[in-house]
Amino acid sequence: MCGIAGIIHKKGGQSVNIGKQMTSMLQALKHRGPDSTGYAVYGEDNGNQILRIKVAEANELEGSYSIHEDILERIVTVDERLADLGAKVISKESVTEYSLRYEISFDGDMKKLVDFLEDVEDVEILSVGSTLELIKDLGDAAVVSAQYGLNDFDGTHAIGHTRMATESDIDIRSAHPYWAYPFSDIAVVHNGQLTNYWTHRRDLERKGHRFSSNCDSELIAVYIANKMSDGVDLETAMRDSIDFLDGVFTYLVTTKDQLGMAKDCMAAKPMVVYEGDDMIALASEEIAIRKLFDHQIHTFDPYEGEVKVWQH
Amino acid sequence: MATLKDTKSHDMGLHEESLKGRTQQRFFSVDESSNLTYFNSFEVDTDKTATIDALEMTPREINIEIRELMESGVGSITVDNPMSRHGVGVGILNRLNLTFNDSLGYFGCGLIDGPNVHIKGRVGWSCAENMMAGTVLIEMNAGSTFGAAIRGGDLVCRGSVGARTGIDQKGGTIIVGGNTGAFSGFMMQRGRMIVCGDAGRSLGDSMYDGVIYVGGEVEELGIDCVPGEMTELDVRYLTSKLDLYGIKTPNGVEKMNKYVSGKMLWNYDKLEPSEKKIAL
Repeated sequence: MCGIAGIIHKKGGQSVNIGKQMTSMLQALKHRGPDSTGYAVYGEDNGNQILRIKVAEANELEGSYSIHEDILERIVTVDERLADLGAKVISKESVTEYSLRYEISFDGDMKKLVDFLEDVEDVEILSVGSTLELIKDLGDAAVVSAQYGLNDFDGTHAIGHTRMATESDIDIRSAHPYWAYPFSDIAVVHNGQLTNYWTHRRDLERKGHRFSSNCDSELIAVYIANKMSDGVDLETAMRDSIDFLDGVFTYLVTTKDQLGMAKDCMAAKPMVVYEGDDMIALASEEIAIRKLFDHQIHTFDPYEGEVKVWQH
Repeated sequence: MATLKDTKSHDMGLHEESLKGRTQQRFFSVDESSNLTYFNSFEVDTDKTATIDALEMTPREINIEIRELMESGVGSITVDNPMSRHGVGVGILNRLNLTFNDSLGYFGCGLIDGPNVHIKGRVGWSCAENMMAGTVLIEMNAGSTFGAAIRGGDLVCRGSVGARTGIDQKGGTIIVGGNTGAFSGFMMQRGRMIVCGDAGRSLGDSMYDGVIYVGGEVEELGIDCVPGEMTELDVRYLTSKLDLYGIKTPNGVEKMNKYVSGKMLWNYDKLEPSEKKIAL
C-alpha cells in the first residue's frame, strides 16, 4: 500500500514545526506501511549546503563483527574527500551510527562531489540542498522522528512516506523519499507500482543517471531530474510523467519552494487534498490531514491524470 | 438473445431492478420465519436517542457502542468527532437514524441494510459498499469507489466524488450533486446513477444494465455505454428524486443526458431462471 503525505505553508506565514506536523500525519498512516518511514523537510536557507549521508544500512549493524570499524573508516574517507574537493565543513553531526548530517560551504561541481563521495563503499548521499534535509530509516514515524529529532524541525514544507515493502527489500536504501540526484532540494515520494521501471531505468542509466536502489519509485525522482536537466519546469515534467510512467501511482515532489502532486490515469491510488488560506496539506487518507485540525475541514480527491503544484 | 417486454419501467432501466437471483426466490413461510430474520438486527425506537463522542475511540469501539445502543432499543444515534476514522457505521441491519457530525474515512457505512445515515462531513473511499437498503446522505465530497456494488437504497453525495463511482452497482440509486471521476458505472449491472455535474472518462464502461444520468459534460463514454433516450418518465423520476434531497442540476433535469448499456458485451446468456420466464 504505502502512505504518502505532504504539507506546504504559504509564504508570509509564521515559522512552523513542520517536522512535528509531518510526524503526526505519517503516524496516522502507519497502517498503510510500517516497514520504514521517510521525510523530506525544508528548513531555513543560510547559504550553505546540507548533506544527509548514510554510510551503512541499519540492519547491517547486526550482521558483521567489523561493521563498526568499517563505518568509522568510511566516515574518515568521506571527510578526506570533502576536503580534497575543497568543501569546507561548517558542522558535522552523527545522527545515528550510520547516518550523518554535514553542513558545508562549497562552490564547486556538486555532482562531482556526490559521485566522489558515493565512490566510497556503502556510502549513499540521501540528499543535497540548501534547505532540503532527507531523513529515512526503518520503523514507524514515531520511531524515526525520535531517532532524528524531527519534532524540533522548523520549516516551510515537507513530504513523507510510510512504506509497505513490496518489490524491494526492507532497508533504508529502498525507503522513500528519493532525492532527485544531482539536483539540489528536489525529493519524491510515491505510492503505487511502476510496471515499466526496468525499461526506463536502463535508458536513463545510459544517459548517465544514477540509481541507488532497486525500488521502482526511484524512477520518478530520476525522471524528474532528467527532465529538469533539459530545462523543463517542474509542472511540465510532472505532466509528462503521466504518460511516461506505466502502472498505478500517486506521487509528490518537492523543490525548494514548491510542492507538486500527480495522479495516474486510472486514479488507482488515493490522495486527499486540503487547500486552506495558509497551508495546503495532502495525504493518502484524510485521517492524516485531520491530525492537523481538531475541526471539520473541506477536502477533495484529485481526479485521474491530475497534476497540481503549489508554491510556498 | 431474449428480448424483454418493452414497458415504461424498461425504458428507465428498471425492469430488472428487483433482484431475481436464486437466493432471492424465497417466499415467506411461518415455518421458516427464523431463517428470514437477520442475525444482529434489532428492534429499535427512533424516539430513543443517544450521542457518542468518538474523539478517543477506535473504529471498533465506535461500532460496538452503536450496536449496544441498538440492542438496547435506541433508534436515533448521533456520533460526534469520528475524525475521518475508517470502517465506522458498518454492518447495521435494521432501521436506525444515524448522524455523524464530522467526516468518515474508508469503508464508512458499508454492508448496511436499512439505516438512514446522515454524514455532515466527507467520506473516504468505498462509502456504503454493498449497501442493501436505507439512505446515506453525505454533505461534502466523497472518495473513489463510492457506492461500490450497492444493491439497494439511496446513496447521496451533495459534493463531488472520486473515480469508479458505482462500480459493479447492482441496484439502488447513487446521486452525486457535483462531478464524478473516471470509470464511473464500471460493470454496472442494475440500478440508477444520477450525476448532476461532469463525468470523467470511460463512463459506464462494460456496463451490463442500469441507467446513468449526467447533467454536465461527459469526458468519454466507456465501452458499450451508449446514449439513451430521455423520456418524460425519466424527467419525472429525476425531478422527484432530486427534490427529495434538495439537489439541483446546473441546467435542469430536462437537459440531463441518459446513458445505458449498448448490450453488445452483455453476457447474461445464462439468465436466472426467473428472468428466463419473463423473457420467454
